[in-house]
Amino acid sequence: MDETSENLIEIHDLKYSRGPRPIFEGMNLTIKRGEITALMGPSGTGKTTLLRLITRQLIPQHGVIYVNGVDISTLNIRKLYEMRQQFGMLFQNGALLTDISVFENVAFPLREHTKLTNRLIRHVVLTKLHAVGLRGAADMMPAQLSGGMARRVALARAMVMDPEILIYDEPFVGLDPISMGVIVRLVRRMNDALGITSIIVSHDVAEVSTVADRSFLISEGSVAASGSPDELRTAKSELVRQFMHGMADGPVAFHFQAPGYEEQLLGRDSE
Amino acid sequence: MLRDIYNTLLEFVRTFGAFQLFFLKLVKHSPAILVTRFDLVVKQVYNAGALSLVIIMICGLFVGGVLGLQGYSNLARFNAEDSIGVFAAFGLTKELGPVITALLFAGRAGTSLASEIGLMKATDQLSAMEMMAVNPVRRVLVPRFLGGVIAMPLLAAVFSAVGLFGTHLVAVELLNVDVGAFWQQMQNTVDIEDINEGILKSVVFGITASHIAVWEGYNAIPTAEGVGRATTRTVVITAIAVLVFDFMITAAMI
Repeated sequence: MDETSENLIEIHDLKYSRGPRPIFEGMNLTIKRGEITALMGPSGTGKTTLLRLITRQLIPQHGVIYVNGVDISTLNIRKLYEMRQQFGMLFQNGALLTDISVFENVAFPLREHTKLTNRLIRHVVLTKLHAVGLRGAADMMPAQLSGGMARRVALARAMVMDPEILIYDEPFVGLDPISMGVIVRLVRRMNDALGITSIIVSHDVAEVSTVADRSFLISEGSVAASGSPDELRTAKSELVRQFMHGMADGPVAFHFQAPGYEEQLLGRDSE
Repeated sequence: MLRDIYNTLLEFVRTFGAFQLFFLKLVKHSPAILVTRFDLVVKQVYNAGALSLVIIMICGLFVGGVLGLQGYSNLARFNAEDSIGVFAAFGLTKELGPVITALLFAGRAGTSLASEIGLMKATDQLSAMEMMAVNPVRRVLVPRFLGGVIAMPLLAAVFSAVGLFGTHLVAVELLNVDVGAFWQQMQNTVDIEDINEGILKSVVFGITASHIAVWEGYNAIPTAEGVGRATTRTVVITAIAVLVFDFMITAAMI
Protein backbone atom coordinates (compact mmCIF):
# COMPACT_ATOMS: atom_id res chain seq x y z
CA MET A 1 0.00 0.00 0.00
CA ASP A 2 1.45 3.40 -0.93
CA GLU A 3 0.33 7.00 -0.85
CA THR A 4 -1.59 6.77 -4.10
CA SER A 5 -3.44 3.64 -3.06
CA GLU A 6 -7.19 3.76 -3.11
CA ASN A 7 -7.30 2.80 0.57
CA LEU A 8 -6.50 5.66 2.91
CA ILE A 9 -6.93 3.79 6.16
CA GLU A 10 -6.63 0.06 6.69
CA ILE A 11 -7.28 -1.68 9.96
CA HIS A 12 -6.18 -5.29 10.36
CA ASP A 13 -7.20 -7.61 13.17
CA LEU A 14 -7.62 -4.83 15.70
CA LYS A 15 -8.02 -5.85 19.32
CA TYR A 16 -8.58 -3.36 22.09
CA SER A 17 -10.00 -3.73 25.56
CA ARG A 18 -10.57 -1.29 28.35
CA GLY A 19 -9.92 -3.04 31.62
CA PRO A 20 -11.48 -6.48 31.46
CA ARG A 21 -14.08 -5.38 28.89
CA PRO A 22 -13.10 -6.13 25.28
CA ILE A 23 -14.22 -3.39 22.88
CA PHE A 24 -12.79 -4.65 19.60
CA GLU A 25 -12.06 -8.28 18.88
CA GLY A 26 -10.32 -8.77 15.59
CA MET A 27 -11.82 -5.92 13.60
CA ASN A 28 -10.93 -5.39 9.95
CA LEU A 29 -11.94 -2.23 8.17
CA THR A 30 -10.88 -0.23 5.11
CA ILE A 31 -11.62 3.40 4.39
CA LYS A 32 -11.35 4.50 0.79
CA ARG A 33 -9.79 7.74 -0.36
CA GLY A 34 -12.17 10.51 -1.37
CA GLU A 35 -15.28 8.93 0.07
CA ILE A 36 -17.53 9.75 2.98
CA THR A 37 -17.44 6.74 5.26
CA ALA A 38 -19.87 6.33 8.11
CA LEU A 39 -19.15 4.27 11.20
CA MET A 40 -22.48 3.41 12.76
CA GLY A 41 -23.53 1.23 15.60
CA PRO A 42 -25.51 1.16 18.84
CA SER A 43 -24.28 3.37 21.70
CA GLY A 44 -21.39 1.91 23.61
CA THR A 45 -19.94 -0.15 20.78
CA GLY A 46 -16.76 1.89 20.80
CA LYS A 47 -17.21 4.11 17.75
CA THR A 48 -15.48 7.06 19.38
CA THR A 49 -12.82 4.69 20.69
CA LEU A 50 -12.21 3.58 17.11
CA LEU A 51 -11.65 7.21 16.07
CA ARG A 52 -9.20 7.66 18.90
CA LEU A 53 -7.37 4.51 17.77
CA ILE A 54 -7.20 5.71 14.17
CA THR A 55 -5.68 9.01 15.31
CA ARG A 56 -3.48 7.25 17.87
CA GLN A 57 -4.87 8.97 20.88
CA LEU A 58 -5.15 5.36 22.04
CA ILE A 59 -2.88 2.44 21.19
CA PRO A 60 -4.36 -0.95 20.31
CA GLN A 61 -3.27 -4.05 22.20
CA HIS A 62 -3.13 -6.05 18.98
CA GLY A 63 -3.41 -5.44 15.25
CA VAL A 64 -2.16 -2.83 12.83
CA ILE A 65 -3.62 0.46 11.64
CA TYR A 66 -2.24 1.93 8.41
CA VAL A 67 -2.86 5.56 7.52
CA ASN A 68 -1.60 6.50 4.08
CA GLY A 69 0.38 3.26 4.08
CA VAL A 70 2.15 3.99 7.36
CA ASP A 71 1.76 1.80 10.44
CA ILE A 72 0.89 4.53 12.93
CA SER A 73 2.07 2.59 15.97
CA THR A 74 5.65 2.99 14.73
CA LEU A 75 5.60 6.80 14.64
CA ASN A 76 7.53 8.83 17.18
CA ILE A 77 5.93 11.93 18.69
CA ARG A 78 7.26 14.29 16.03
CA LYS A 79 6.12 12.09 13.16
CA LEU A 80 2.81 11.52 14.91
CA TYR A 81 2.20 15.27 15.14
CA GLU A 82 3.15 15.60 11.48
CA MET A 83 0.63 12.93 10.63
CA ARG A 84 -2.02 14.59 12.76
CA GLN A 85 -1.69 17.74 10.70
CA GLN A 86 -3.28 15.74 7.89
CA PHE A 87 -6.29 15.16 10.12
CA GLY A 88 -9.04 17.55 10.99
CA MET A 89 -11.34 16.41 13.74
CA LEU A 90 -14.73 17.70 14.74
CA PHE A 91 -15.47 16.72 18.31
CA GLN A 92 -18.92 15.88 19.56
CA ASN A 93 -19.37 19.18 21.42
CA GLY A 94 -17.06 21.24 19.23
CA ALA A 95 -14.29 21.37 21.85
CA LEU A 96 -13.62 25.03 21.14
CA LEU A 97 -11.08 26.67 23.42
CA THR A 98 -13.32 28.66 25.72
CA ASP A 99 -10.86 31.39 26.69
CA ILE A 100 -10.34 32.78 23.18
CA SER A 101 -12.70 34.20 20.55
CA VAL A 102 -14.16 32.37 17.57
CA PHE A 103 -11.63 34.03 15.28
CA GLU A 104 -8.70 33.00 17.47
CA ASN A 105 -10.06 29.47 17.74
CA VAL A 106 -10.00 29.07 13.98
CA ALA A 107 -6.62 30.81 13.81
CA PHE A 108 -5.18 28.59 16.56
CA PRO A 109 -3.62 25.85 14.36
CA LEU A 110 -2.20 28.46 12.00
CA ARG A 111 -0.58 30.41 14.81
CA GLU A 112 0.85 27.22 16.32
CA HIS A 113 2.17 25.64 13.14
CA THR A 114 2.91 28.38 10.63
CA LYS A 115 4.70 31.69 10.53
CA LEU A 116 2.05 33.42 8.44
CA THR A 117 1.63 37.15 8.87
CA ASN A 118 -1.40 38.42 10.76
CA ARG A 119 -2.90 39.70 7.53
CA LEU A 120 -2.66 36.33 5.87
CA ILE A 121 -4.04 34.54 8.94
CA ARG A 122 -6.97 36.95 8.98
CA HIS A 123 -7.59 36.24 5.33
CA VAL A 124 -7.53 32.45 5.74
CA VAL A 125 -9.65 32.47 8.91
CA LEU A 126 -12.33 34.73 7.43
CA THR A 127 -12.46 32.53 4.33
CA LYS A 128 -13.03 29.42 6.42
CA LEU A 129 -15.59 31.15 8.63
CA HIS A 130 -17.36 32.37 5.51
CA ALA A 131 -17.51 28.78 4.23
CA VAL A 132 -19.46 27.74 7.31
CA GLY A 133 -21.53 30.93 7.24
CA LEU A 134 -20.21 32.41 10.47
CA ARG A 135 -17.96 35.24 9.33
CA GLY A 136 -20.22 37.55 11.34
CA ALA A 137 -19.52 35.66 14.55
CA ALA A 138 -15.74 36.08 14.38
CA ASP A 139 -15.57 38.32 17.44
CA MET A 140 -17.93 36.30 19.62
CA MET A 141 -16.75 34.06 22.44
CA PRO A 142 -17.50 30.31 22.30
CA ALA A 143 -19.89 30.60 25.27
CA GLN A 144 -22.12 32.93 23.26
CA LEU A 145 -22.65 30.41 20.45
CA SER A 146 -25.50 27.93 20.10
CA GLY A 147 -24.63 24.24 19.82
CA GLY A 148 -25.01 24.23 16.05
CA MET A 149 -22.90 27.36 15.63
CA ALA A 150 -20.16 25.99 17.89
CA ARG A 151 -20.00 22.89 15.75
CA ARG A 152 -19.73 24.96 12.57
CA VAL A 153 -16.90 26.99 14.08
CA ALA A 154 -15.20 23.75 15.07
CA LEU A 155 -15.61 22.57 11.49
CA ALA A 156 -13.97 25.75 10.22
CA ARG A 157 -11.12 25.15 12.66
CA ALA A 158 -10.82 21.48 11.64
CA MET A 159 -10.30 22.45 8.00
CA VAL A 160 -8.16 25.54 8.47
CA MET A 161 -4.95 23.57 7.88
CA ASP A 162 -6.47 22.01 4.74
CA PRO A 163 -6.39 18.43 6.05
CA GLU A 164 -6.60 15.31 3.95
CA ILE A 165 -8.97 13.56 6.30
CA LEU A 166 -11.87 15.12 8.17
CA ILE A 167 -13.26 13.17 11.08
CA TYR A 168 -16.67 13.93 12.54
CA ASP A 169 -17.56 12.51 15.93
CA GLU A 170 -21.36 12.46 16.25
CA PRO A 171 -21.85 15.66 14.22
CA PHE A 172 -25.66 15.46 14.26
CA VAL A 173 -26.38 14.92 17.96
CA GLY A 174 -28.57 17.50 19.65
CA LEU A 175 -29.07 19.76 16.63
CA ASP A 176 -32.34 21.32 15.49
CA PRO A 177 -33.49 20.30 11.98
CA ILE A 178 -32.15 23.47 10.36
CA SER A 179 -28.66 23.19 11.88
CA MET A 180 -28.71 19.49 11.07
CA GLY A 181 -29.45 20.23 7.41
CA VAL A 182 -26.68 22.83 7.37
CA ILE A 183 -24.12 20.40 8.77
CA VAL A 184 -25.16 17.59 6.41
CA ARG A 185 -24.75 19.91 3.42
CA LEU A 186 -21.42 21.19 4.71
CA VAL A 187 -20.06 17.67 5.15
CA ARG A 188 -20.91 16.79 1.57
CA ARG A 189 -19.67 20.08 0.16
CA MET A 190 -16.35 19.99 2.03
CA ASN A 191 -15.69 16.46 0.92
CA ASP A 192 -16.37 17.06 -2.75
CA ALA A 193 -15.02 20.59 -3.12
CA LEU A 194 -11.77 19.94 -1.27
CA GLY A 195 -11.26 16.38 -2.49
CA ILE A 196 -10.75 15.06 1.03
CA THR A 197 -11.80 11.89 2.80
CA SER A 198 -14.44 12.08 5.50
CA ILE A 199 -15.19 9.73 8.35
CA ILE A 200 -18.42 10.18 10.24
CA VAL A 201 -19.21 8.45 13.48
CA SER A 202 -22.91 8.60 14.10
CA HIS A 203 -26.04 6.70 14.97
CA ASP A 204 -28.41 9.04 13.18
CA VAL A 205 -29.35 6.58 10.47
CA ALA A 206 -31.47 8.96 8.40
CA GLU A 207 -28.91 11.76 8.20
CA VAL A 208 -25.98 9.46 7.62
CA SER A 209 -27.83 7.68 4.83
CA THR A 210 -28.25 10.93 2.91
CA VAL A 211 -24.57 11.78 3.00
CA ALA A 212 -22.41 8.64 3.33
CA ASP A 213 -20.97 6.75 0.36
CA ARG A 214 -20.27 3.70 2.46
CA SER A 215 -21.31 2.66 5.96
CA PHE A 216 -19.93 0.21 8.44
CA LEU A 217 -22.18 -1.13 11.14
CA ILE A 218 -20.10 -1.95 14.19
CA SER A 219 -21.38 -4.28 16.84
CA GLU A 220 -19.86 -6.50 19.47
CA GLY A 221 -16.27 -5.75 18.64
CA SER A 222 -16.25 -6.13 14.90
CA VAL A 223 -17.88 -5.01 11.67
CA ALA A 224 -21.34 -6.55 11.55
CA ALA A 225 -22.21 -5.25 8.09
CA SER A 226 -20.94 -2.83 5.50
CA GLY A 227 -22.08 -1.33 2.23
CA SER A 228 -23.90 1.64 0.81
CA PRO A 229 -26.82 2.97 2.86
CA ASP A 230 -29.28 1.30 0.46
CA GLU A 231 -27.57 -2.06 0.78
CA LEU A 232 -27.70 -1.82 4.56
CA ARG A 233 -31.35 -0.84 4.56
CA THR A 234 -32.32 -3.92 2.58
CA ALA A 235 -29.94 -6.26 4.41
CA LYS A 236 -31.35 -9.48 5.80
CA SER A 237 -29.38 -9.62 9.05
CA GLU A 238 -31.54 -9.21 12.14
CA LEU A 239 -29.11 -6.82 13.78
CA VAL A 240 -28.79 -4.58 10.72
CA ARG A 241 -32.56 -4.44 10.35
CA GLN A 242 -33.04 -3.62 14.01
CA PHE A 243 -30.52 -0.82 13.85
CA MET A 244 -31.48 0.66 10.50
CA HIS A 245 -35.18 0.68 11.32
CA GLY A 246 -34.82 1.63 14.96
CA MET A 247 -36.65 -1.30 16.50
CA ALA A 248 -36.62 -1.33 20.30
CA ASP A 249 -35.98 -5.04 20.74
CA GLY A 250 -34.03 -7.57 18.73
CA PRO A 251 -30.49 -8.90 18.83
CA VAL A 252 -29.61 -5.79 20.83
CA ALA A 253 -31.92 -6.41 23.77
CA PHE A 254 -34.07 -3.61 25.18
CA HIS A 255 -33.32 -4.77 28.71
CA PHE A 256 -29.89 -4.52 30.21
CA GLN A 257 -28.76 -7.77 31.81
CA ALA A 258 -30.72 -8.25 35.04
CA PRO A 259 -31.98 -11.02 37.28
CA GLY A 260 -35.51 -12.30 36.63
CA TYR A 261 -38.15 -9.57 36.99
CA GLU A 262 -40.46 -11.56 39.25
CA GLU A 263 -37.57 -12.81 41.33
CA GLN A 264 -36.32 -9.27 41.89
CA LEU A 265 -39.74 -7.76 42.64
CA LEU A 266 -40.41 -10.46 45.20
CA GLY A 267 -37.01 -9.83 46.70
CA ARG A 268 -35.84 -13.39 46.19
CA ASP A 269 -32.67 -12.36 44.40
CA SER A 270 -31.13 -10.86 47.53
CA GLU A 271 -31.61 -13.95 49.62
CA MET B 1 -6.24 -7.56 54.15
CA LEU B 2 -2.45 -7.64 53.70
CA ARG B 3 -3.03 -7.77 50.00
CA ASP B 4 -5.19 -4.62 50.18
CA ILE B 5 -2.48 -2.77 52.10
CA TYR B 6 0.10 -3.95 49.58
CA ASN B 7 -2.04 -2.81 46.66
CA THR B 8 -2.76 0.57 48.23
CA LEU B 9 0.92 1.06 48.91
CA LEU B 10 1.83 0.03 45.39
CA GLU B 11 -0.74 2.40 43.95
CA PHE B 12 0.58 5.23 46.10
CA VAL B 13 4.18 4.63 45.03
CA ARG B 14 3.10 4.45 41.42
CA THR B 15 1.13 7.70 41.59
CA PHE B 16 3.95 9.42 43.44
CA GLY B 17 6.44 8.30 40.80
CA ALA B 18 4.19 9.52 38.02
CA PHE B 19 3.80 12.82 39.90
CA GLN B 20 7.58 13.28 39.97
CA LEU B 21 7.99 12.30 36.32
CA PHE B 22 5.30 14.81 35.48
CA PHE B 23 7.34 17.45 37.29
CA LEU B 24 10.40 16.59 35.19
CA LYS B 25 8.27 16.92 32.08
CA LEU B 26 7.12 20.40 33.15
CA VAL B 27 10.68 21.45 33.92
CA LYS B 28 11.98 20.02 30.65
CA HIS B 29 9.63 22.17 28.57
CA SER B 30 9.93 25.27 30.76
CA PRO B 31 13.02 26.94 29.21
CA ALA B 32 11.67 26.66 25.67
CA ILE B 33 8.30 28.08 26.67
CA LEU B 34 9.93 30.92 28.61
CA VAL B 35 11.87 31.91 25.52
CA THR B 36 9.43 31.27 22.70
CA ARG B 37 6.01 31.75 24.31
CA PHE B 38 6.63 34.32 27.02
CA ASP B 39 3.29 35.93 26.12
CA LEU B 40 1.47 32.84 27.41
CA VAL B 41 3.45 32.93 30.66
CA VAL B 42 2.68 36.63 31.20
CA LYS B 43 -1.02 35.93 30.80
CA GLN B 44 -0.81 33.22 33.46
CA VAL B 45 1.19 35.42 35.83
CA TYR B 46 -1.67 37.86 35.48
CA ASN B 47 -4.27 35.13 36.14
CA ALA B 48 -2.50 33.59 39.10
CA GLY B 49 -0.82 36.71 40.46
CA ALA B 50 -2.59 39.94 39.64
CA LEU B 51 -6.04 38.45 40.19
CA SER B 52 -4.96 37.16 43.63
CA LEU B 53 -3.59 40.55 44.72
CA VAL B 54 -6.70 41.85 46.45
CA ILE B 55 -7.23 38.80 48.65
CA ILE B 56 -3.49 38.68 49.45
CA MET B 57 -3.42 42.35 50.44
CA ILE B 58 -6.55 42.19 52.58
CA CYS B 59 -5.32 39.08 54.40
CA GLY B 60 -1.83 40.57 54.78
CA LEU B 61 -3.21 43.72 56.35
CA PHE B 62 -5.23 41.81 58.94
CA VAL B 63 -2.52 39.28 59.75
CA GLY B 64 -0.11 42.19 60.27
CA GLY B 65 -2.70 43.89 62.48
CA VAL B 66 -3.14 40.79 64.62
CA LEU B 67 0.64 40.49 64.97
CA GLY B 68 0.63 44.09 66.20
CA LEU B 69 -2.02 43.42 68.84
CA GLN B 70 -0.63 40.10 70.04
CA GLY B 71 2.96 41.30 69.93
CA TYR B 72 2.15 44.42 71.86
CA SER B 73 0.27 42.66 74.66
CA ASN B 74 3.05 40.09 75.10
CA LEU B 75 6.07 42.38 74.64
CA ALA B 76 4.59 45.03 76.94
CA ARG B 77 4.99 42.63 79.87
CA PHE B 78 8.75 42.88 79.40
CA ASN B 79 8.64 46.58 78.55
CA ALA B 80 9.87 45.60 75.11
CA GLU B 81 6.98 46.94 73.05
CA ASP B 82 9.42 48.96 70.93
CA SER B 83 10.69 45.65 69.51
CA ILE B 84 7.33 44.93 67.97
CA GLY B 85 8.67 45.88 64.52
CA VAL B 86 11.35 43.20 64.76
CA PHE B 87 8.87 40.66 66.02
CA ALA B 88 6.47 41.31 63.14
CA ALA B 89 9.20 41.48 60.50
CA PHE B 90 10.65 38.09 61.46
CA GLY B 91 7.21 36.52 61.66
CA LEU B 92 6.05 37.88 58.35
CA THR B 93 9.11 37.54 56.12
CA LYS B 94 10.24 34.13 57.32
CA GLU B 95 7.01 32.34 58.15
CA LEU B 96 3.62 33.90 57.79
CA GLY B 97 4.30 35.64 54.49
CA PRO B 98 5.29 32.57 52.48
CA VAL B 99 3.03 30.09 54.30
CA ILE B 100 -0.22 32.04 54.37
CA THR B 101 0.36 33.30 50.83
CA ALA B 102 0.86 29.70 49.67
CA LEU B 103 -2.34 28.60 51.41
CA LEU B 104 -4.31 31.52 49.95
CA PHE B 105 -2.69 30.88 46.59
CA ALA B 106 -3.85 27.26 46.70
CA GLY B 107 -7.37 28.41 47.50
CA ARG B 108 -7.56 31.18 44.94
CA ALA B 109 -5.22 30.36 42.04
CA GLY B 110 -4.61 26.62 42.58
CA THR B 111 -8.29 25.72 42.53
CA SER B 112 -8.92 27.84 39.46
CA LEU B 113 -5.96 26.21 37.66
CA ALA B 114 -7.06 22.69 38.57
CA SER B 115 -10.69 23.22 37.64
CA GLU B 116 -9.83 25.07 34.43
CA ILE B 117 -7.52 22.30 33.23
CA GLY B 118 -9.93 19.61 34.43
CA LEU B 119 -12.80 21.20 32.55
CA MET B 120 -10.66 21.65 29.45
CA LYS B 121 -10.06 17.92 29.63
CA ALA B 122 -13.73 17.12 30.27
CA THR B 123 -14.84 19.22 27.28
CA ASP B 124 -12.26 17.59 24.97
CA GLN B 125 -10.27 20.82 24.55
CA LEU B 126 -7.04 19.01 25.40
CA SER B 127 -7.85 16.17 22.99
CA ALA B 128 -8.69 18.76 20.35
CA MET B 129 -5.25 20.29 20.82
CA GLU B 130 -3.66 16.86 20.53
CA MET B 131 -5.53 16.41 17.28
CA MET B 132 -4.33 19.78 16.02
CA ALA B 133 -0.81 18.46 16.66
CA VAL B 134 -0.34 20.87 19.56
CA ASN B 135 1.14 19.38 22.70
CA PRO B 136 -1.20 20.39 25.56
CA VAL B 137 1.61 19.97 28.09
CA ARG B 138 3.57 22.73 26.37
CA ARG B 139 0.65 24.90 25.33
CA VAL B 140 -1.57 24.67 28.44
CA LEU B 141 0.24 23.15 31.41
CA VAL B 142 3.74 24.62 31.31
CA PRO B 143 2.64 28.28 30.99
CA ARG B 144 0.22 27.82 33.91
CA PHE B 145 2.89 26.13 35.99
CA LEU B 146 5.42 28.89 35.26
CA GLY B 147 2.80 31.57 35.89
CA GLY B 148 2.26 30.20 39.39
CA VAL B 149 5.97 29.76 40.07
CA ILE B 150 6.66 33.39 39.14
CA ALA B 151 3.60 34.85 40.83
CA MET B 152 4.00 33.18 44.20
CA PRO B 153 7.21 34.91 45.47
CA LEU B 154 5.85 38.25 44.27
CA LEU B 155 2.62 37.68 46.15
CA ALA B 156 4.51 36.61 49.28
CA ALA B 157 6.55 39.83 49.11
CA VAL B 158 3.40 41.90 48.76
CA PHE B 159 1.82 40.00 51.67
CA SER B 160 4.80 40.68 53.93
CA ALA B 161 4.99 44.34 52.96
CA VAL B 162 1.29 44.97 53.47
CA GLY B 163 1.46 42.93 56.69
CA LEU B 164 4.19 45.18 58.08
CA PHE B 165 2.09 48.18 57.18
CA GLY B 166 -0.78 46.56 59.11
CA THR B 167 1.44 46.09 62.15
CA HIS B 168 2.57 49.70 61.83
CA LEU B 169 -1.03 50.89 61.77
CA VAL B 170 -1.94 48.97 64.90
CA ALA B 171 1.29 49.46 66.87
CA VAL B 172 2.20 53.02 65.97
CA GLU B 173 -1.12 54.66 65.16
CA LEU B 174 -3.33 52.78 67.64
CA LEU B 175 -1.08 51.72 70.51
CA ASN B 176 1.38 54.64 70.37
CA VAL B 177 4.60 52.68 69.95
CA ASP B 178 7.39 55.03 68.92
CA VAL B 179 7.56 55.14 65.15
CA GLY B 180 11.35 55.63 65.07
CA ALA B 181 12.01 52.64 67.33
CA PHE B 182 9.59 50.52 65.35
CA TRP B 183 11.42 50.88 62.05
CA GLN B 184 14.96 51.44 63.37
CA GLN B 185 15.06 48.23 65.40
CA MET B 186 13.64 46.31 62.49
CA GLN B 187 16.33 47.65 60.18
CA ASN B 188 19.10 46.83 62.67
CA THR B 189 18.01 43.30 63.44
CA VAL B 190 16.57 41.81 60.26
CA ASP B 191 19.36 40.50 58.03
CA ILE B 192 19.38 39.70 54.35
CA GLU B 193 19.59 35.99 55.33
CA ASP B 194 16.20 36.27 56.99
CA ILE B 195 14.71 37.77 53.86
CA ASN B 196 16.40 35.10 51.74
CA GLU B 197 14.85 32.36 53.85
CA GLY B 198 11.44 33.84 53.12
CA ILE B 199 12.21 34.10 49.41
CA LEU B 200 13.48 30.51 49.29
CA LYS B 201 10.33 29.30 50.99
CA SER B 202 8.02 31.20 48.68
CA VAL B 203 9.83 29.85 45.61
CA VAL B 204 9.58 26.27 46.89
CA PHE B 205 5.92 26.77 47.82
CA GLY B 206 5.22 28.33 44.43
CA ILE B 207 6.67 25.32 42.63
CA THR B 208 4.83 22.94 44.96
CA ALA B 209 1.44 24.64 44.71
CA SER B 210 1.58 25.08 40.93
CA HIS B 211 2.83 21.54 40.35
CA ILE B 212 0.02 20.06 42.45
CA ALA B 213 -2.69 22.22 40.86
CA VAL B 214 -1.60 21.44 37.31
CA TRP B 215 -1.18 17.73 38.08
CA GLU B 216 -4.59 17.43 39.73
CA GLY B 217 -6.31 19.26 36.87
CA TYR B 218 -4.56 17.23 34.19
CA ASN B 219 -5.34 13.93 35.89
CA ALA B 220 -8.88 14.79 36.93
CA ILE B 221 -11.56 12.29 36.00
CA PRO B 222 -13.31 14.17 33.18
CA THR B 223 -16.72 14.46 34.86
CA ALA B 224 -18.34 17.14 37.01
CA GLU B 225 -17.63 15.08 40.10
CA GLY B 226 -14.06 14.32 39.06
CA VAL B 227 -13.22 17.98 38.47
CA GLY B 228 -14.79 18.90 41.82
CA ARG B 229 -12.71 16.30 43.58
CA ALA B 230 -9.53 17.44 41.83
CA THR B 231 -10.19 20.99 43.03
CA THR B 232 -10.62 19.87 46.62
CA ARG B 233 -7.55 17.67 46.48
CA THR B 234 -5.52 20.59 45.17
CA VAL B 235 -6.23 22.63 48.30
CA VAL B 236 -5.81 19.77 50.74
CA ILE B 237 -2.58 18.36 49.27
CA THR B 238 -1.04 21.79 48.77
CA ALA B 239 -1.79 22.75 52.38
CA ILE B 240 -0.16 19.59 53.72
CA ALA B 241 2.83 19.79 51.37
CA VAL B 242 3.45 23.47 52.15
CA LEU B 243 3.43 22.94 55.91
CA VAL B 244 5.71 19.89 55.65
CA PHE B 245 8.17 21.74 53.41
CA ASP B 246 7.99 24.74 55.73
CA PHE B 247 9.08 22.59 58.65
CA MET B 248 11.87 21.00 56.63
CA ILE B 249 13.26 24.28 55.33
CA THR B 250 13.05 25.95 58.74
CA ALA B 251 14.85 23.01 60.35
CA ALA B 252 17.56 23.14 57.69
CA MET B 253 18.09 26.90 57.98
CA ILE B 254 18.36 27.14 61.76
